[in-house]
Amino acid sequence: MKSRLPINIINGAGMIIVVVLFLMPFVWMVSTSFKTLGETMTFPPVWFPDQFLWENFIKAWNSGPFLRYFFNSVVVTFGILVLQFCTIIPAAYAFARYTFKGDRFFFGLTMITLMIPPQLIFLPVYLQMSSWGLLDSLWALILPFASSAFGIFLLRQSFKQVPEELLEAARLDEASEGKIILKIMIPMAKPVLITFALFSFITHWNDYFWPLVMTTSDSARTLPLGISKLREVEGGVAWNILMAGNMILVIPILIVFFFAQRQIIRAFVYTGVK
Amino acid sequence: MIGKKAFPYAMITPSMIVFCLFFIYPIGYMIYLSLHDWNFVSPVKDFVGLSNFTSLFSEQEFLEVMRNSLVYTVLTVTLTTGTSLGLAVWLNKQGIVYRFVQGAMFSPHIISLVSISMLWMWLMDPDYGLLNWFLGLFGLPESPWLTDPSTSLLSLVLVAVWKGIGFNALVFIAGLQSIPRDMYEAASLDDATWFRTFWKITLPMLSPTLFFLIIINVISSFQVFETIAIMTQGGPINSTNTLVFYIYEYGFNFFKIGYASAAGVLLLIVVSVMTFFYFRLLSVKVHYR
Repeated sequence: MKSRLPINIINGAGMIIVVVLFLMPFVWMVSTSFKTLGETMTFPPVWFPDQFLWENFIKAWNSGPFLRYFFNSVVVTFGILVLQFCTIIPAAYAFARYTFKGDRFFFGLTMITLMIPPQLIFLPVYLQMSSWGLLDSLWALILPFASSAFGIFLLRQSFKQVPEELLEAARLDEASEGKIILKIMIPMAKPVLITFALFSFITHWNDYFWPLVMTTSDSARTLPLGISKLREVEGGVAWNILMAGNMILVIPILIVFFFAQRQIIRAFVYTGVK
Repeated sequence: MIGKKAFPYAMITPSMIVFCLFFIYPIGYMIYLSLHDWNFVSPVKDFVGLSNFTSLFSEQEFLEVMRNSLVYTVLTVTLTTGTSLGLAVWLNKQGIVYRFVQGAMFSPHIISLVSISMLWMWLMDPDYGLLNWFLGLFGLPESPWLTDPSTSLLSLVLVAVWKGIGFNALVFIAGLQSIPRDMYEAASLDDATWFRTFWKITLPMLSPTLFFLIIINVISSFQVFETIAIMTQGGPINSTNTLVFYIYEYGFNFFKIGYASAAGVLLLIVVSVMTFFYFRLLSVKVHYR
């Protein structure tokens, strides 16, 4: 026992260092967001502001049409989520439970899509959207993500695990395919659906790239884009206002992360394991 | 009522339309555009063959962009993968303390890159930034971070590594936990040293995970955009201009669509090669199970 003690101290100290390295920047963000402009310009830095300046948040919020950005973010995120559920559940069911001509081809198509990042195709998609007159609208932000290859892949796995006898019994009772999906498949795959929903919500809530490319006016801009424009609104860089603005973006995610840490980690880790 | 044969096709059609319209077709369109000269407004697209590619490679700016992308990718991937492997082996334990540390490491992964970028710009502020104060504590000289071409790219690598470590470590931990316990029991019966056990059991068993992560990290590093767009705009003096930012600038600011598409095709090649390895691994892994 005695000989193990120093190792435990090293272990504990190491873990504290790791936690500090990863959480300190966020602490700094919170602390800065409550400071006066003067307090951000001292060296050595002040760790805690004299008083908490809540008005930084109001200033950040009022420096642009943030209600509009927030509304757009909510519409885009939930619009994508609803459409994805409508498309991936039937597709995953077909891939998991049916053999049909070309099924391997179509699943291959899905897997290729899984590997195509938005950064690769934004230019041609932009040109397409422009020719359809959809640029600078929420449609341009929602439609390309109306289905998800990752979602189909994930859900197919869990649909495959539903025992065949259950489906046969349901079919003997003359249950329609729609009823089988609603009453058997979806309840059985509920954890996976929640996992996927969290993944999709976080990904699209945070997304900066796609709205940046597809929108040109405030009417279709989302929160991350609005926050990134804060810098241009203020003359010099007011880090306290900037950090307050970013808190607005980060807090919803942190709340979700706090309540569903396990599921979220599982969802993202799964993208790396498959 | 849909016929029984048509049923599965009806089920997959919406998804397939989305994939073809917004992922597969655009790739073909991009290849087509890369062989043409077009400024977005002109009604005609002039076929120019491969000349977009040859002029890309004859330009100093683009060669720098490719060099930056390569340096950024190699550094980010090596540092992220190496560090997170070490952390995973160390922190692969049960209990609330370990779970908290893992959660803390992972947290940057779910924060928007907008906030990550702005936060690190502030941390790296040359005058009032926390990082320079921190260096000062150890008697180290201040760094210009993003404001100097000699340190700007490395600063972006630092942000990427910080953001990526937690995710990578947790994937490694998932991999470690799938290694059968009895292999370690056998090793401890043989009185194998920790190092030998790591080298002969852990690393070989973890190699599929390791390769997956390398592939994923290479793809995501090669397409880095957000941190550059927000933190440096490719500067100073082109030192952080990388492939996707270049495509964005040439397409959206200079309206040289053919040119930008040609650069996009190069990214396509990188992603395709990585994807090829990815699927090879996937089939090996499935086979092996």
